[in-house]
Amino acid sequence: MMEPILEARHINKYFRKPVLFHVLKDINFKINKGEFTSIMGKSGCGKSTLLYILSTMDTDYDGELLLNNQLITGAERNELSYIRNKYVGFVFQFHYLLPEFSVLENVILPAKKLGEKSIEEIISDGHDKLKILNIEHLATKRASQISGGEKQRVAIARALINNPSIIMGDEPTGNLDSHNADNVFNIFRQLSDEQNLSLLIVTHDEDFAKQTDRIITMGDGRIIS
Amino acid sequence: MVNWNLILNIAKTHLLTKVKQTSIAALGVTFGIGAYITLVCFMTGLNTMLDDLILNQTPQIHIYNEIKPSNQQPISLYEELNNSIKVVHSIKPKITQKKIHNVLPIIDYLSNNSNVEAVLPQIKTQIFYIAGSIEIGGNLTGFEPIKEVEHFNLNNYIIEGSATALNNIDNSIIIGAGIAEKMSLKIGDRVQVSPLEGGFFPLKIVGIYQSGIADVDAIQSFTNIKTIQRILGKPKNYITDLNLKLYDINIAPQLSKEIENQFNLRAIDIQTANAQFETGTTVRNLITYAVSITLLIVAGFGIYNILNMLIYEKMNDIAILKATGFSGRDVQLIFMSQAMIIGFVGGILGLLIGFGLANFIGTLPFNTEALPTIETYPINLNPLFFLIGFSFAMISTFIAGYLPSKRAEKIDPVKIIRGQ
Ligand SMILES: Nc1ncnc2c1ncn2[C@@H]1O[C@H](COP(=O)(O)OP(=O)(O)OP(=O)(O)O)[C@@H](O)[C@H]1O
Ligand SMILES: [Mg+2]
Repeated sequence: MMEPILEARHINKYFRKPVLFHVLKDINFKINKGEFTSIMGKSGCGKSTLLYILSTMDTDYDGELLLNNQLITGAERNELSYIRNKYVGFVFQFHYLLPEFSVLENVILPAKKLGEKSIEEIISDGHDKLKILNIEHLATKRASQISGGEKQRVAIARALINNPSIIMGDEPTGNLDSHNADNVFNIFRQLSDEQNLSLLIVTHDEDFAKQTDRIITMGDGRIIS
Repeated sequence: MVNWNLILNIAKTHLLTKVKQTSIAALGVTFGIGAYITLVCFMTGLNTMLDDLILNQTPQIHIYNEIKPSNQQPISLYEELNNSIKVVHSIKPKITQKKIHNVLPIIDYLSNNSNVEAVLPQIKTQIFYIAGSIEIGGNLTGFEPIKEVEHFNLNNYIIEGSATALNNIDNSIIIGAGIAEKMSLKIGDRVQVSPLEGGFFPLKIVGIYQSGIADVDAIQSFTNIKTIQRILGKPKNYITDLNLKLYDINIAPQLSKEIENQFNLRAIDIQTANAQFETGTTVRNLITYAVSITLLIVAGFGIYNILNMLIYEKMNDIAILKATGFSGRDVQLIFMSQAMIIGFVGGILGLLIGFGLANFIGTLPFNTEALPTIETYPINLNPLFFLIGFSFAMISTFIAGYLPSKRAEKIDPVKIIRGQ
């Protein structure tokens, strides 16, 4: 029984400046629960643009977006913030942490925002996530004082903190050496296999993509396969 | 629902990791508020002093029996001429007494008026001062020294001796500094006074008076009511002037008119007697507030700049926060709280510094002929100024923080993330 987590229906997007540019053309696909999907495609074909729409950060598009079978297109900004907080984990190419905060603080900030658990539970969750990523020893360090590979793992821990429905990543390994990239891939693989987490990862790395459950290939704003 | 704990925590972390910028912004507020407090305490202190110069020497309502031609000439009482034009040439005032008729009931009546703080009866007369062969003309005023001290700060003008001694020592006098100098008299000496009606009365000098106005100090002396009544050979109910002190100076013009109508006496209010007084005060206050508000606005711009810079530096953080589920409003509140914290800390510091500086100014020596008893600059530490200063710190930081924080609210995380 396939349970769709994320569904895109006829998504079109235009950039109006500097000239009218049809960047995404009739995108249709579904991501099912527990599926580990990668998106590939030439540079400039619209992968990041699509991911920003799927992650609800970009609302300027035509078509429909469904998360957990609920239409979220046209929802209010505050509601989208809530959806992003609770159901979507996002990992960027550049590790994007808050540099003044400790590693643990960075990880648990979205949980504090969600405010569903007591602070003790949240901290204990934070330690659990750090443990999954093998960086528990960094918990009290300043986020600005750890290595790039470590930062990327902290970002993944942060994406996991609210047990989201789906994790999206825009070239999360793009900035890492092959060792660290493998490491991150293994973590994703494990989350998918063991926790039945859905993942949608944009990558340029063929080896990475080949080991995922499914590859979506894009070209010139369309899904090719 | 806003999670204030979380928002304040983030705001605090931002501020603490940018101690330098935070301190500069807070110091801007501190400077503005501190300067405002110092200035306003100092300026209003001076203002009050200048006002007092006039208020202490001018009764708020002065009641006396004016010598002037009567408005109604006897001819107008003659009914047969009612419809004709009457011309009376060369009207002269009738010679009447200077004393106020029936003064004791009037004093009682006015004392019971709820607007009146005090009624101070006085007797004014002209005399000659005689010491040895010198004879100088002058004014002698009889009054109730204790009341004058209490309501008109008489003590500020007694440079030697004391006003209360007038009550304690019989036949005593306080003489103007100018007379004392001219006749080389000092406390404890005797001076002879002679009223226009004749006779000599030796009086003991118990104090020296200096108003700061040389012309006054060269002729004016004071004694108590009993003594002057004795000198003039008048009974106890002989009073020539009544001075009123009111709780609210603003009703003086109206009350003086009522008194004129009711008692058929002349009653002059302070506003009429000193038209320039109000104008001067208003202009000085205006200057004080114009300067203060300028200072506070400059401080406000400082905060605006720093906060704008802070937000510029924190673009990435804003994008991350928004990408991980913080709403625009959360982000705005984070930056607003930073502004308000800066305003609060800077404002409190400014109040303290202003308080310190104002007190310091209050210890600086200040000598003026006009106010012989004042030795340091007058300052006015009115709690209201501190309240205004603090409110302004909060309001101006709110406004200065609002625009940048609104900008942070609007920042599109996608743009920032793409920008990398
Ligand atoms: N703000 C914008 N305004 C106009 N055009 C844009 C804007 N952002 C991106 N584009 C264009 O849209 C196209 C798709 O961009 P996008 O970043 O989605 O590509 P991508 O597939 O992620 O490429 P890469 O693999 O290099 O990251 C590009 O041709 C880019 O030039
Ligand atoms: Mg991209």
